[in-house]
Amino acid sequence: MGSIFSLQQILNGLQLGSIYALIALGYTLVYGIVRLINFAHGDFFMIGAYAAYGSFYMFNALVAGRSGTLAFLVLLAAMIGGASIAYLTNKFAYKPLRYKPKLSSLITAIGVSMFIEYFFSALPAIGPSYRSFPDILVRKEIRLGNAVISNLVIIDLAVAAILMVGLTLLVRKTTLGKAMRAVSQDKDAARLMGIDIEKVISFTFMVGGAFAGAAGLLAGMTYPRIFPYMGILPGLKAFIAAVLGGIGNIPGAMLGAYIMGIAETFASAYNSLIGEGIAFAILILVLLIRPRGLLAEKIADKI
Amino acid sequence: MTPLLKIEHLTHFFGGLRAVYDFNFEIPEGSIYGLIGPNGSGKTTIFNLITGIYDPTEGAINFQGENIKGMKSFRIVHKGIARTFQNLRIFGNLSAIDNIRIARHYTTTSSLFASILRLPSFKSEERAVKREALELLDLMHLSNRAMETAKNLPYGELRRLEIARALATKPKLILLDEPAAGMNPKEVDDLMRLISRIRDEFKVTVFLIEHHMQVIMGICEWIKVIDFGETIAEGLPDKVKNDPRVLEAYLGKRGT
Amino acid sequence: MNVRKLPRFLIAVVLFYIVVEVLYRTEILNGYLLHIINLSLIYVILATSLNLINGITGQFSLGHMGFAGVGAYVSGSLTTLILKLSVTNPASMLPFLLSIIAGGVVAAFVGFLIGFPSLRLKGDYLAIVTLGFGEIIRTIFNNIDAVGGPRGLLGIPKFSNFTVILVAAFLTVVIIRNLIESSHGRAMLSIRENELAAELVCVNTTRYKVMASTFGAFFAGIAGGLLAHLIQLAHPTQFGFIKSVEVLIMIYAGGVGSLTGSILAAFGLTFLSEGLRLGIRALADATGLPIGGEWRMVVYALLLIFIMLFRNEGLMGMRESRIIKNVEVD
Repeated sequence: MGSIFSLQQILNGLQLGSIYALIALGYTLVYGIVRLINFAHGDFFMIGAYAAYGSFYMFNALVAGRSGTLAFLVLLAAMIGGASIAYLTNKFAYKPLRYKPKLSSLITAIGVSMFIEYFFSALPAIGPSYRSFPDILVRKEIRLGNAVISNLVIIDLAVAAILMVGLTLLVRKTTLGKAMRAVSQDKDAARLMGIDIEKVISFTFMVGGAFAGAAGLLAGMTYPRIFPYMGILPGLKAFIAAVLGGIGNIPGAMLGAYIMGIAETFASAYNSLIGEGIAFAILILVLLIRPRGLLAEKIADKI
Repeated sequence: MTPLLKIEHLTHFFGGLRAVYDFNFEIPEGSIYGLIGPNGSGKTTIFNLITGIYDPTEGAINFQGENIKGMKSFRIVHKGIARTFQNLRIFGNLSAIDNIRIARHYTTTSSLFASILRLPSFKSEERAVKREALELLDLMHLSNRAMETAKNLPYGELRRLEIARALATKPKLILLDEPAAGMNPKEVDDLMRLISRIRDEFKVTVFLIEHHMQVIMGICEWIKVIDFGETIAEGLPDKVKNDPRVLEAYLGKRGT
Repeated sequence: MNVRKLPRFLIAVVLFYIVVEVLYRTEILNGYLLHIINLSLIYVILATSLNLINGITGQFSLGHMGFAGVGAYVSGSLTTLILKLSVTNPASMLPFLLSIIAGGVVAAFVGFLIGFPSLRLKGDYLAIVTLGFGEIIRTIFNNIDAVGGPRGLLGIPKFSNFTVILVAAFLTVVIIRNLIESSHGRAMLSIRENELAAELVCVNTTRYKVMASTFGAFFAGIAGGLLAHLIQLAHPTQFGFIKSVEVLIMIYAGGVGSLTGSILAAFGLTFLSEGLRLGIRALADATGLPIGGEWRMVVYALLLIFIMLFRNEGLMGMRESRIIKNVEVD
């Protein structure tokens, strides 16, 4: 066994960080726009994994042999799955509470999260137990010095990178992205400018959900087992990553997620107890030392 | 004689934004002083700086000869400065009398232990607090509202309740942030009489922000005018009223 | 004699005690139902103490069962591993009660420590931090082999009985009520109502937030200890996030800020939960369909969402029954 700071560990950390980053972006987008910690976001990730799982068996026969096409279709299904549940959650649970105290939405979010998890494990077709995730792509490995790099590492990093670049372009360059930024700055002003803010919020939820769905697929492929409660811990950790980076801040969420992925990988290699607790330790440290996160701007509160 | 409140070179920045710049003011004991200025000129920020809600970037705030800058708000109140808020901050779900009782909190001495066991000492203290709270409500013509849930009271009564609550902390200086806002002319008249009474009967010095010119000109003994965080004029009400810089700040430059 | 001055709550609790004892002695009430009543009373302690933090002081804790876990493990370790008490020995009752209190005190200390980093936080951030603390506590139990690690602490003697639990629940409610109806409690209420205004009528908000957290944790620790000595087990999963949410549902169902509501909801939901458990099992047996116990939690989740969407004030809102209230000092 080598040092815990080996190249292998760094790669593992980046891989985990990529998955956290995709989830964290959803938290940060939604928080940025409606100031709500969407507790159910980790469950969108779980739905994505199951959507990928189901679609794999659906499309497998259809596009037999062409694993690239299959992988693309499965990714699409995972993203659509995540986006749909996000859309429904926003519409039925959060929208009616938009102008009620923030805590009501938060508690509702906890309820939604519980509902999704238990409903899925109660459904006989899904059930509470683990399922092993199929190999969508043939695993290949390259040796690089002491480290073994699997093609999954490259895929995870690449998919996350492509989606993140896409999101950045969406937010910076498109009209919809401008509307999102406007709503996050000032809802009332945005409404006066003729922006349909509910539409923008709904879209934001769907983008977040789609990203979480994609993360679900990547997690399924990388750590090949899925279960209805699989979203709880990654969801929390990704949220903490978003806080670490400065919640509401898109580059912050990515940075926080990669730091979190690497920290957790190193800590787990050192000691499993520390590995389990490191995320929460990071959270408490951030909130004590730099509660606005690494990349947050200073905002004056109005009294 | 040392003034009750002496503010020197008070300056405050929000990020890069200059909210208050080189503000100097002395308020002698027993007076009623006013602070006016257009919207967004930094008046409420000055109140927030005095009461420790914001920590000033620079300057000194002396109260009874003691520097209170950087103290926690509740300690400043303890020293004897109470305030009301421009947008009411009432304890809405509690009764009117409980709003006042809470403000008597720091003078109560019953320990947790005595309170939980409801010892005789606790009960007699509760009686005293209740009596004083009722007296204050009576002074504000609110005694028939004592048990009413505060959020159900009309606006004018909430304003008076907030003043009563501030008085319950037994202050030496009371800061009133637009006490006449939203009141009708009759209520404004009553309020002016009330403020004078507070000063005379409770020996409380008053420092108030107001847009209502009738109040400012009617009861203030000295007025300070600020715009963009800087003092543009000060003096007796009659002098300030006709100061060209004040007119300009309020009405804009002629021809623009 | 002035009827208005009678200690109504004490009388109500004594009547409840007599009725339950008589029904149990005459075998109208079986051991199973008595067990559910005991559980309900433990939830009364958990719900009213969480209400002190969330409802009265207006903070938000999602880790309440973490404190209960501290109480359960501390008192369980004391009675089972260190003192090795036996239920058959009548002299064991006093050390058992002291162990429970020790569990409460350690939990209170943890609550006190957690109170500080939480001070600057509000609403959602506070929720996440308390959740994080709860999970850290759970992870620690999971990894200490001396208390059974993931298997849990087994073989805890069954010291908790109806009398002990009822007295504990009674004292909890009385202490919290008396606290609320004092200057200290009013200070806590003012923080909930408007923290800035509270600070500006001279309430040391820091002190009272930490106090609420400490008191809440103390009672949760007591409840955890009683629970461990009722079901003879302390297990990490009993004290996880979902269990904390169950207590949260109770205070929202009953009405945030109402002790009466918390008491009613603790009974109502504990019985509902057992009813659902039995009902689902009966349904699965009768139909032969694979209907799992997860449906119980689905109902719970829907209940929580329903309350938030359609009945925010819960059963009681902020109202308090006259039975619970103290006689006003005049």
